[in-house]
Amino acid sequence: MSISTLAMNLSARVVPMQWQIKAAHLAQKTLDRIGLAPKVPEFVESPLPDVSTLAIEDIDVSNPFLWRQGLWGSYFKRLRDEQPVHFQKSSPFGPFWSVTRFDDILFVDKHHELFSAEPIITLGDQPAGLAIETFIAMDPPKHDKQRQAVQNVVAPKNLKEMESLIRQRTQEVLDSLPVDQPFDWVSSVSIELTARMLATLLDFPYEQRRKLVYWSDVAAASPETTGGEVERDEFFPVVAEVAKAFSQLWRDKAARQDAGEEPGFDIISLMLNNEDTKDLIHRPMEFLGNLALLIVGGNDTTRNSMTGGVLALNKFPQEFDKLKSNPALIPNMVSEIIRWQTPLAYMRRVAKVDVELNGQTIRKGDKVVMWYASGNRDERAIDNPDEFIIDRKGARNHLSFGFGVHRCMGNRLAEMQLRILWEELLERFERIEVQGEPEYVQSNFVRGYTRMMVKVSKKNRS
Amino acid sequence: MGRMTFIEHDGTRHEVEIEADKSLMQHAADNMVPGIDADCGGECACGTCHVIVDEQWFGKTGAINSNEKQMLEMTPEGAPTSRLACQIEVTDALDGLVVHLPEFQM
Repeated sequence: MSISTLAMNLSARVVPMQWQIKAAHLAQKTLDRIGLAPKVPEFVESPLPDVSTLAIEDIDVSNPFLWRQGLWGSYFKRLRDEQPVHFQKSSPFGPFWSVTRFDDILFVDKHHELFSAEPIITLGDQPAGLAIETFIAMDPPKHDKQRQAVQNVVAPKNLKEMESLIRQRTQEVLDSLPVDQPFDWVSSVSIELTARMLATLLDFPYEQRRKLVYWSDVAAASPETTGGEVERDEFFPVVAEVAKAFSQLWRDKAARQDAGEEPGFDIISLMLNNEDTKDLIHRPMEFLGNLALLIVGGNDTTRNSMTGGVLALNKFPQEFDKLKSNPALIPNMVSEIIRWQTPLAYMRRVAKVDVELNGQTIRKGDKVVMWYASGNRDERAIDNPDEFIIDRKGARNHLSFGFGVHRCMGNRLAEMQLRILWEELLERFERIEVQGEPEYVQSNFVRGYTRMMVKVSKKNRS
Repeated sequence: MGRMTFIEHDGTRHEVEIEADKSLMQHAADNMVPGIDADCGGECACGTCHVIVDEQWFGKTGAINSNEKQMLEMTPEGAPTSRLACQIEVTDALDGLVVHLPEFQM
């Protein structure tokens, strides 16, 4: 634990969390002014070269424009074929190893005793002065305890109770869509549906649900972590706002529970009633970290798979025909969408010891990036990996959820949300046509869309 | 050759014949037993081939290593005789084995 985190924990009982964040922001500004703060990388987009013109050691897959410029496929194919465990010595995020083949990624993910998830799972480190702690970036045994405290919120048993609510909300959103005229699918469907889901899981004020999406977007988009576009002066105030809103939510819940109200199935009720997390409010960095994890984890991932599925069916129209004639393929298609999209490109680890991997020696302390997006297109593990095939055999055997102790906790919720979306879409619409090219997120981490215009036409009911 | 029985959560029984050199997970997959997802393909890394072994058979299914233990602890539906089917090596000594499938895989 850093000294600033320790100080925050000690003062958390008397100083509101949002003031602590503001103080950290001020401290960083001062360090900036006197030239002591770590330099924040700046990213300005320019066209990237064709990968065949680069020397292998110059390939830098941390570039946040690779996805937007549609070049990620060719860059990663070259790494998989020529140097599947690849070292980039001078990226804006420092030196790092890329692991790009399916089997090697599985190896790294499984071996938490060799590769640590601490201190963070993005390529770059967290903004200085704000060391948020979250169990996705903790090693066992601490990880196991914290995960166990909250995993029930998305446990399949709980999801069964939520299914009809999710369906009803999906129906409402789809019934309000304009027909035969273009609209932005990202905002009207993908963001709206994920916002509703997050508000439900957190028991967050429903009318303020879009705030959750905005916060999550900001949290995942600082330039030093993922090459995103959010400035420090936007980042800190948002964290302060999140701290304030969630502290209040926590204290209200605790007060209602003390007054005899039955605890709900939302995430804060679960944390309040677990021995390991009931005092989390007094550990601000952990408190914020775990809530941020749940909103980021449930936001970018499902949202971009909701958009990616529509895009994939437009790029492979024969698959849409296949789907319409056999809706029973929906669950298998959902897995295929999650593979094809791979909404989070990677997870980062740090080697705990020297490790030999596919002919390379990774040294203790080196950063190691498992590129799920590349492993999911590895010809050695998956037949015709660039094709989108809704009845693909073994579609569930993809890397998007990760493997091992950090495997995605919300995988079943995500699959259910996507399944319901497609069931309800097929009920209503004959065609879902993408108009022009979508717009892409600037990030080396989130493989997302900021805008995708779509036109839907109603099914003829006979 | 011997036989083993998978019992689904709703009580549906599936009898499968023992084949040499295959894990219990592979037996389920090859015989289309529903409810075993095996997302990682037998690497003890996803927890989606969770079975609950009939008590009298539990001792015969072999030792649980630390990886399996860790994955099982992540399963919200864990029971004292929980195992991951991909980690159970099937031999003729398991002739008559009975395992129950959980309602959901994690």
